[in-house]
Amino acid sequence: MKNIEFRTATSAQGGLLVMGGVTGVAAGSRVQIRDHAGRLRSGLVIRSADDAVLVEVFEGTDELDLERTWVRFLDEPFKLPVSRDILGRVFNGAGLPRDGRPPIISADRRNVNGEPLNPAARAYPREFIQTGISAIDGMNSLTRGQKLPIFSGGGLPHNRVAAQIVRQAKLLGEGASSFVVVFAAFGASHADARFFQESFEESGVLNKVVMFLNLADEPVIERLLTPRAALTAAEYLAFDLDYHVLVVMTDMTAYAEALREVAVLRGDVPARKGYPGYLYSDLAEIYERAGRIKNRRGSITMIPVLSMPSDDITHPIPDLTGYITEGQIVLGRELSNQGVYPPVTVLPSLSRLMKDGIGKNFTREDHPHVASQLFASYAKALEVRGLAAIIGAEELGDADRRYLQFAEAFERRFIGQGEEEERSIADTLDLAWELLSMLPAEALIRVSEEELVKYHKATVI
Amino acid sequence: MGKIIEINGPLVKLQLPETVLGEQVRVGRIGLIGEVIGREGDTALAQLYEDTAGLRPGEVAEGLGWSLSVELGPGLLNAIFDGVQRPLNAVRDKSGDRIARGVAVPALSREQRWHFVPDPRRHENPHIVGGDVLGTVQETASILHRILTPPLIHGELMELAPEGDYTIDEVIGRVQLPDGRIEKLQLFHRWPVRTPRPFKRRDHAVKPLITGQRILDTFYPLLKGGKAAIPGPFGAGKTMLQQQIARWCNAEIVIYVGCGERGNELTDVLEFMPELKDPHTGRPLMERTLLIANTSNMPVVAREASIYVGITLAEYFRDQGYDVVMVADSTSRWAEALREVAGRLGQMPVEEGYPAYLGSRLAAFYERAGRVETLAGDHGSVTLIGAVSPPGGDFSEPVTSHTKEIIQTFWALSKELADARHYPAVDWLESFSGYVPSAAKWWAENIDPGWAAARAAALDLLAASEELQRIVNLVGVEALSSEQRWTLEASGLLKEGLLQQAATDEVDSFSSPEKQYALLAALLEIYRHGMKLVKLGAPARRLIQMPLLSQARRWKSQHKSDDLVALQAKIARIPVEFEQIAVDYETTAPVREDKATP
Repeated sequence: MKNIEFRTATSAQGGLLVMGGVTGVAAGSRVQIRDHAGRLRSGLVIRSADDAVLVEVFEGTDELDLERTWVRFLDEPFKLPVSRDILGRVFNGAGLPRDGRPPIISADRRNVNGEPLNPAARAYPREFIQTGISAIDGMNSLTRGQKLPIFSGGGLPHNRVAAQIVRQAKLLGEGASSFVVVFAAFGASHADARFFQESFEESGVLNKVVMFLNLADEPVIERLLTPRAALTAAEYLAFDLDYHVLVVMTDMTAYAEALREVAVLRGDVPARKGYPGYLYSDLAEIYERAGRIKNRRGSITMIPVLSMPSDDITHPIPDLTGYITEGQIVLGRELSNQGVYPPVTVLPSLSRLMKDGIGKNFTREDHPHVASQLFASYAKALEVRGLAAIIGAEELGDADRRYLQFAEAFERRFIGQGEEEERSIADTLDLAWELLSMLPAEALIRVSEEELVKYHKATVI
Repeated sequence: MGKIIEINGPLVKLQLPETVLGEQVRVGRIGLIGEVIGREGDTALAQLYEDTAGLRPGEVAEGLGWSLSVELGPGLLNAIFDGVQRPLNAVRDKSGDRIARGVAVPALSREQRWHFVPDPRRHENPHIVGGDVLGTVQETASILHRILTPPLIHGELMELAPEGDYTIDEVIGRVQLPDGRIEKLQLFHRWPVRTPRPFKRRDHAVKPLITGQRILDTFYPLLKGGKAAIPGPFGAGKTMLQQQIARWCNAEIVIYVGCGERGNELTDVLEFMPELKDPHTGRPLMERTLLIANTSNMPVVAREASIYVGITLAEYFRDQGYDVVMVADSTSRWAEALREVAGRLGQMPVEEGYPAYLGSRLAAFYERAGRVETLAGDHGSVTLIGAVSPPGGDFSEPVTSHTKEIIQTFWALSKELADARHYPAVDWLESFSGYVPSAAKWWAENIDPGWAAARAAALDLLAASEELQRIVNLVGVEALSSEQRWTLEASGLLKEGLLQQAATDEVDSFSSPEKQYALLAALLEIYRHGMKLVKLGAPARRLIQMPLLSQARRWKSQHKSDDLVALQAKIARIPVEFEQIAVDYETTAPVREDKATP
């Protein structure tokens, strides 16, 4: 069947092509389409029956006709050739080189859809990754094998934060030699792609990065393939070559919008805001490819970047993402406008795996309590700030005024830091105690009495 | 033998006459398993439990003659199954770290031998009916597995194997049915998951399920055999709360169904459960636990099946006379699976794309909970706790609102509380429990007659403070009277000293009912003493500075549930602390009187 070209298209519309008179076509198989000008396009069988085969065309159906379109069914799913040589290369969403160098030749070609990991084979992520960013390390720690997205909005510095994490991320007490980055951009602007490329170049990691780019002006349907191709490469690097892989994907919103676009063409019943009912399952297929496997040395840690439409965290994309990922780092416009970088809004941010990767034997014994205390004190301080906005700061009592000062210092000094500034976890925790010491010891009930004696600088209880 | 006509995602159209709705089918060369959900002429529509990529029209399809069933027998506990009861550890042995398609592994091991002890009652009276205990197998050190006669069988027991070691395939008995046919009995039997297992009659649930979580047990109790829901937006601590319940509750069997949830969460459960001891028996928790894992990246149709598999296993242990808790995390993912399939079938969507039968399916599922008198005359219960993941935390969405009408206990999780790291983030205003009157009887008889009154007083205090907080947010705390300030302070004490509970703190993680009541009564006592003083003219500002208040906030994590003597001593000192302040308000007779009455 691979060798036969069919010219039996019966309809073409909005990226979908219907083929008649073909029998026994495998569902999910790859398709090659040759148009009247001899150009090749690729596609995927999404519904197969003997009388009609529905093909999704990645490059779209523009300028196709029914009479001069030849279709070849390749009889296999989308596969990505993998080898050690992919490091340092740049590919498009379908895994073809876009850096002007020859394509990867390898007998090892992997189905980009992967297969679900057996939950019984997973190993639980426990190793603390130091990103050098206090708001993350101190309060929303990242662990190896975790998927921790950055929830952002248009105009916020999520790309800079992601790039800083890539530059600084390291494990405590171990060399970073086995550390590689898989970077996937879909629907990203040329400027964003260049920013990352330059940032990798400057930090000298370019030969340890694999890039998969599908930019904003490139075919929408290929966007659905891009994260899958990138993760196939990541799985190969992590579980075949024992690398610790950090996967950065931007922007998941563009991905979900592409999914919606295709779903509408297919005629799927929409659920919320026009997104198909399977958006959750589809996102999960991507996010759940992060993790660690028992008895394997490598790992996949994932940082998807997602811009929340109109900064709305209840929008289906951040909402469903939050249900799948193990926490989220939320960037806020208010902090950003005040010039705080990185503008991490700590209260809605969360790392679910933090509890098992910090504290004694991992970071420092006081870390869990300090993090909890910072959250509680900052939440209280924001309440006071809200009050001060109404009744005026002069009307506040002494205790409340201390909280105001704490909030200010916390935002400027703890959350805020330089883009090139790398803080060790010990520095972060010491800074936290310095700030907590602005508050009376009695107000700090999340930390133990022993910790107060040891670290609190002002008061004895 | 039939063949495939069309493949559309997980749905396949088959040329397969005479097949029955609900029947299992095996499809294609690699043998994917699925379920018939529609018939039209000679064709059948089936949904497959695995990814259909690579299937072709024209490949073979056959009906298997039974509907989706589970195997019920020794070997269930301490195991982890996928959504259609494939044992994931055995699947891993066979297909490696990833789940290959078409892997066929029986749910229960065919090699393992179990030590079977026949029930002496069977020799006294050879007439048996469904549900009768044939004998027992000590499956784990804490659970005695009772081998039951399959529910639909009754007749004369012709032979029953003697005590000895058997595999589950071996015949351990023969029964002659009323029509003369002979039926073989084994250590296990099958049951279709979409049919509730029969029982004699429903029984009124009378005992609370103690979870060791103060906000749940003390404020919004759940009974054994009851139905509860935990709705909450992401990040509100739903999973943590469920794990706490699975870990600490006083049920004998815990079934945890991870339906469309995170893989790492199940790994967490798998890794931490074996290290933990059952607080009631001292044995490893895994011995009473059974996990069903259909993580979010596993096929969607098996996700829909997974909660039925879970509830059927729960009913099976109930029929053995056990109290079972099933935690379904999350019913929203199940509903979404339903929606996804309905969408592909082209069924008319009603709300947010969900099919019209969502409400009735949910209700029928929750009705499988309950405390019953079993066919054998024992008592057992299934308590059902369903997590709900409302999109955007909006409780008015279809799954949450339908669930709310069905269940009796509603533990609403709040994003605001979670953001302030108030855990468990159970919102005391939005939550409710219909079981309070029944629970009150138990608390009055077993713990303290004052329970209902104390609970009500605490809730009043919390409600009053909510009102005051609104005023403070508008005009500041200075605008409050001394009495109001003290109320606000006392509610803060209640929140931090009682409602907040740290799952990661060894001492605080579990509170016995005795400790829960002691803390509740103590904090209320502080409130009342203070109020008395305030009424006599003591400024709230002075009371708020009492070291007692910050000390009381730490009591929960300083005293273990099984050693409350030191806590009682501290509580006994509360009046003394207030007396020292009362001295300054000498003219005040009532306080001095109070000194006399301990």
